[in-house]
Amino acid sequence: MDLENQKRVKDFADEMGAENLVVILGAAEGEAAGLAAETVTAGDPTFAGPLTGVQLGLTTYHVCEPEMKEEFDEAVYDEQISMMEMVLDVDDIVGEMSAIRDEFCKYL
Amino acid sequence: MNSVIKGASYVLVHTPDMVLYNGTTQTTERIVNPESDYLKAIPNNLRSFEEAVGYWPNQTYIGNVHPDELAAVEMPWYDKKMENAGRYGKFGEIMPQEEFLFLVQACDMFEVVKLEAGFVEAHKEAFAKNPIISEDISSRIPNGAKPGEIEHHVNEEHAEGLYHDGKLVGCVKKAHDIDVNLNAHVMHENLMSKASSVLALLYAVRNAGIAKEDVDYVIDCAEEACGDMNQRGGGNFAKAAAEVAGLVNATGSDTRGFCAAPAHALIEAAALVKAGAYKTVIVTSGGCTAKLGMNGKDHLKKEIPILEDCLGGFAVVVTEGDGVNPEINLEMLGRHSVGTGSAPQAVMTGLVTSGLERGGLQITDIDKYSPEMQNPDITKPAGAGDVPLANYKMIGALAAKRGEITPKELGDFIARHGMIGWAPTQGHIPSGVPYIGYACEDIMSGKIKNAMIIGKGSLFLGRMTNLFDGVSFIIQANSGDAEGESGVSEEEVKGLIAKAMKDFAATLMSES
Amino acid sequence: MAILEGKKAIIIGDRDGIPGPAIAECVQTAGAEVVFSSTECFV
Repeated sequence: MDLENQKRVKDFADEMGAENLVVILGAAEGEAAGLAAETVTAGDPTFAGPLTGVQLGLTTYHVCEPEMKEEFDEAVYDEQISMMEMVLDVDDIVGEMSAIRDEFCKYL
Repeated sequence: MNSVIKGASYVLVHTPDMVLYNGTTQTTERIVNPESDYLKAIPNNLRSFEEAVGYWPNQTYIGNVHPDELAAVEMPWYDKKMENAGRYGKFGEIMPQEEFLFLVQACDMFEVVKLEAGFVEAHKEAFAKNPIISEDISSRIPNGAKPGEIEHHVNEEHAEGLYHDGKLVGCVKKAHDIDVNLNAHVMHENLMSKASSVLALLYAVRNAGIAKEDVDYVIDCAEEACGDMNQRGGGNFAKAAAEVAGLVNATGSDTRGFCAAPAHALIEAAALVKAGAYKTVIVTSGGCTAKLGMNGKDHLKKEIPILEDCLGGFAVVVTEGDGVNPEINLEMLGRHSVGTGSAPQAVMTGLVTSGLERGGLQITDIDKYSPEMQNPDITKPAGAGDVPLANYKMIGALAAKRGEITPKELGDFIARHGMIGWAPTQGHIPSGVPYIGYACEDIMSGKIKNAMIIGKGSLFLGRMTNLFDGVSFIIQANSGDAEGESGVSEEEVKGLIAKAMKDFAATLMSES
Repeated sequence: MAILEGKKAIIIGDRDGIPGPAIAECVQTAGAEVVFSSTECFV
């Protein structure tokens, strides 16, 4: 995850309380999604950014996951995102995200 | 009359040592994690020049392996070697690092590039022997620096080192003591972009069969900025490169648009020529040292060598309609506009269908689409997916939503209208343009009748706007009329009027 | 219980996946407040 973005996530967690935040991802692939999810829960696995060794345990989802879709206005989702369901491997993304959540999220 | 594409060139420069010293993934790592294992592992995971030459996608880039042929090679490609692969290609070449450093020095007009005497002795001849390097360029190389001079500049004067086979062989000095815009890092980056652009220009002139004096205008569409503290992005890499390439009658300017710039620049070039402002315009750009080894961490983790070890460059020659060469159609331009929004569906509609609709065409009427053609061998292991394929899925999905194909036909659509990616992850370099050389060949041979070139840019990276950007244009078979032969000339009209009046006079006379 | 309602949302979009602004449009309809949105680019 971009180093500047890691810093912002960390700052928001400090200011607003980790339990009040949800991180929503738009990654193109399962692997990238898992990496971002791990970064905001267990710490930056590449040891490059401000979240290195910082375990925020934030609640995190990918925008295409069924639990997220359920909560969105259908028409808005259809216009903004639905076409990408034919492009992304949503099952792969769900798999990666679920694994990270199960292991590292503190607030579910 | 539509402008035509008279030739295109594609060049790669193998710069393994620049990966470690100039790629931002590595320079950033050196700041946050100087003892990192990753940095230590890099020198043992760089490819040799022969390996870079024998790498299938690189051979596609320089014109020796058509994308259809590349698609038949089993992936992954990084562990395969193409037999009898040579450094020279139909569209250009893969230049080795030691020769490129001389081209960089030839591009240096302010004596900031120094090369060590032993290095110059050992490699200068090979550079001069390259058929594309003319004497006016090779004669610009001065004698090598004395022992200790390079180390002094690097250690005491903040010069950027130039390395070869892991050894310090030269440097790029700062061009100003105080102005950060002229520091050694910036001079290094800009000279690398300029030099690779020069190489592309030389091949473009050759491939188009024109003379250097014929070129009126050059447009550079890279992503670097050159200037000083009072005009940070003043620019004109175009003219700087044109000078070294010997294009004596040309002026030029730079077009900036992140990765969409090449597509913007080609539309501008086609419009300039169609309007008669200039007769021969070359769109060019060099490569980007910052992006070398960008995904290196992921590659090494998966025991793949550093694959992002080359700078890319290209140039396209646009000239007046000649009745023969493929044309650039300016009537069905696609665009992502300010109001388009960021939803992928809206982006694709703007880029692809908004232009087609103007010409009454359907998505399926375009034979080949060339969006971002990044090499999936590089991007997939890095978690960035297969970018061309993702684009084709989006275009196909749009066609399905519009009822032009059924969702079940998506696979067929992709096979017919898409291609496998092959270009290096050098930002603007893979964006639409890599296919232009092959597109023109395929159109001339009748294999296809048209192709759409799509460029997309992540403007938000510059923090001036949150917007995307993109434009597209269609290259099509020439309609067949040459300049001056279409329609009726003034001579002919005068002749017709004279004859009509004679006939009328004769009628009057015979009636009286 | 709704995941997003009443929460502060941080959006990390991807140019090749779903970009930030598109995610933001959806997230707002679920009753979350978007405090940060970014789009990353890896190619």
